[in-house]
Amino acid sequence: MNSPPSSEPVIELRGVEKHYQMGDTLVKALHGVDLKIFPGDYISILGPSGCGKSTMLNILGCLDQPSIGQYFLDGLDVSKLSDDDLSQVRGKKLGFIFQSYNLIQQLTVVENIEVPLYYQGVSEKESREIAVDLATRVGLGKRLDHRPTELSGGQQQRVAIARALSNDPSVILADEATGNLDSKSGGDILEIFDHLNAEGKTLILITHDEGMSQRTSRTIRLKDGEIASDKRREGTAQ
Amino acid sequence: MIQHSLLHEFSLFRLKRSVLLGIKSLWMHKLRSLLTAMGIVFGVCSVIAMLAIGEGASYEAQQQIKELGSQNVILRSVKATDATTAGEQERSLILEYGLTYRDIAQIQATVPGVLVTIPAREVKDFIWNESRSIDSSTLGTVPWFPEMRNRTVLRGRFFTEVEVSSRAPVCVLSQSLARHLFPLSEPLGDTVRIQSSYFRVIGVIQDDPAAASSETENKNARSDATPGAAMEMLIPISTLEDHFGEVLFKYRSGSFEAEKVELHEVTVRIDQPDQVMPAAQAIRHILERNHKKVDYEMIVPLDLLRRAERTKQIFNIVLGSIAAISLLVGGIGIMNIMLATVTERTREIGIRRALGAKKKDIVVQFLIETVMLSGAGGLIGVALGLAIPLVITHFAEMVTIIEFWAPALAFSISVITGVLFGIYPAFRAAGMNPVEALRHE
Ligand SMILES: Nc1ncnc2c1ncn2[C@@H]1O[C@H](COP(=O)(O)OP(=O)(O)OP(=O)(O)O)[C@@H](O)[C@H]1O
Ligand SMILES: [Mg+2]
Repeated sequence: MNSPPSSEPVIELRGVEKHYQMGDTLVKALHGVDLKIFPGDYISILGPSGCGKSTMLNILGCLDQPSIGQYFLDGLDVSKLSDDDLSQVRGKKLGFIFQSYNLIQQLTVVENIEVPLYYQGVSEKESREIAVDLATRVGLGKRLDHRPTELSGGQQQRVAIARALSNDPSVILADEATGNLDSKSGGDILEIFDHLNAEGKTLILITHDEGMSQRTSRTIRLKDGEIASDKRREGTAQ
Repeated sequence: MIQHSLLHEFSLFRLKRSVLLGIKSLWMHKLRSLLTAMGIVFGVCSVIAMLAIGEGASYEAQQQIKELGSQNVILRSVKATDATTAGEQERSLILEYGLTYRDIAQIQATVPGVLVTIPAREVKDFIWNESRSIDSSTLGTVPWFPEMRNRTVLRGRFFTEVEVSSRAPVCVLSQSLARHLFPLSEPLGDTVRIQSSYFRVIGVIQDDPAAASSETENKNARSDATPGAAMEMLIPISTLEDHFGEVLFKYRSGSFEAEKVELHEVTVRIDQPDQVMPAAQAIRHILERNHKKVDYEMIVPLDLLRRAERTKQIFNIVLGSIAAISLLVGGIGIMNIMLATVTERTREIGIRRALGAKKKDIVVQFLIETVMLSGAGGLIGVALGLAIPLVITHFAEMVTIIEFWAPALAFSISVITGVLFGIYPAFRAAGMNPVEALRHE
């Protein structure tokens, strides 16, 4: 499909299937997905509702295991890992951004950004420095001690982005990150994504917005649990 | 890298952060946290307070019994319960019952370990000081009575053997009697009157510490015990015989009652503590042989002491059960709320799992929260539990004793309760599927 880039893939799915048992029927949310994602890729995943986008993202995010097939993250076969090791991989290599922000209500902005660092055992002082720096970068330097309920949706999502960046992940996964936002604050978020990609981050964005395929360098369309198309925009690097 | 993080797994840094996190979460729902901890508060508080009251009560009881003299066996004459009917059938004018000098002689001769016996005769009649009077008891006894019964002569002196052999009209008043008859003046050197006999007051003696306890523990102890049982007058036994004779007349409720009682009370002093129980047994046999009717009673303070100790053990078991139940109830309350909290915070759990928390991180987080809840309840409970006995001592004038280990024990149990009842909710939180937890509304 794509001209294979020179570097090793950061993510590789080989024949991944995901089955759900619903009573007597077996729902195949994904069947036979083969996919390679390279460092620096800026990917939007599009497809009709129920086609398996979230299912695929959960697997990519090591929150769920494939029923069949293999998943290599940085060359490591993740489908064989224990629950503890999966937590470790998530905390170390992945950053999550959710549609509903998913900040922890009883924590302040900085504290929320620090959560992944806490589970990585980063010292209090160091993680505070990182968190303050990231909060400033997403434009919340003056809101460090605010609670999520005191922030607008766009601001909360920016905290979530800062949090996803705190452990310097290999891949950032976002499931309809702008789904709850108006076009203005959604646009701000997308701009941050562009910046991050420009800095070399690998981003995978699930979206319903057709316009996103113009923005990202690569567009994957899913249909009924299969990859219907996987296109790289002309003139993009890689 | 995985090993690197293992190093941090149980570091103090993590513990401190978890505790701070727990405080934040509990602080979010202050009222709920407080109400949840209430069960533990009351459990711990009642354990400490009840222990203090129990210890105090048993200390008081033991003190009273010890004052009776743990090496004594006390015998008292009582009207036999069946004697009234038998006596009436015989239409005898004079009711004859009780201990005799023959009993004493036999006890002294045959029971091993008997050191001395202290005989006493009692007259119940009005004691007068000029116009003040009280219907009280007058005890005729021997000079070694105070020593053997552990009673201190507070002022003046007790009568001597010379006074006994010379049948001197002297008397020693119990403290409460002295206070009653001589509210303003000094009794020493003054005289009191019974019927037509006068007695010179030579001393004031401590009240009988057993008077109160014998009233409750032995209903028959004094056939007609009055609330002022501690009021008594002591005179030489020989003097008593001289003045009141062998037969004692009493004017009661409109009719004369005549009683012939040789000795009202005999205290038998045993030499060695381990001889007390066998000696008591031997004395019982002698009395059973000599008296067809049970017109006497036996008080063995050592036996009472042992029974008091057994009562205390039972009390402790009951207390322990109450404590266990109240902490169980408190623990269930905490578990109930923690389960609700876990459900309520499902999404938070999902977020944390997505951000790298392991199952055990979640377990530790919720366990710490539960333990802090129960531990805080325990601390409040300890504070209340220490305060309540003070208040009781102040207002009810009851002795309360707080053993140093009681608050420590109660607090540790509250923490253990937190751990035990926190385990299930914590594991339920950790066992959640991250994907489903994240989707939870
Ligand atoms: N836990 C589950 N149990 C059973 N079936 C599931 C489960 N999760 C997903 N599915 C099914 O798998 C299929 C794919 O679901 P998925 O959530 O991945 O869709 P999606 O592409 O993200 O849709 P949307 O755009 O609406 O979010 C759907 O048919 C869904 O019903
Ligand atoms: Mg979805």
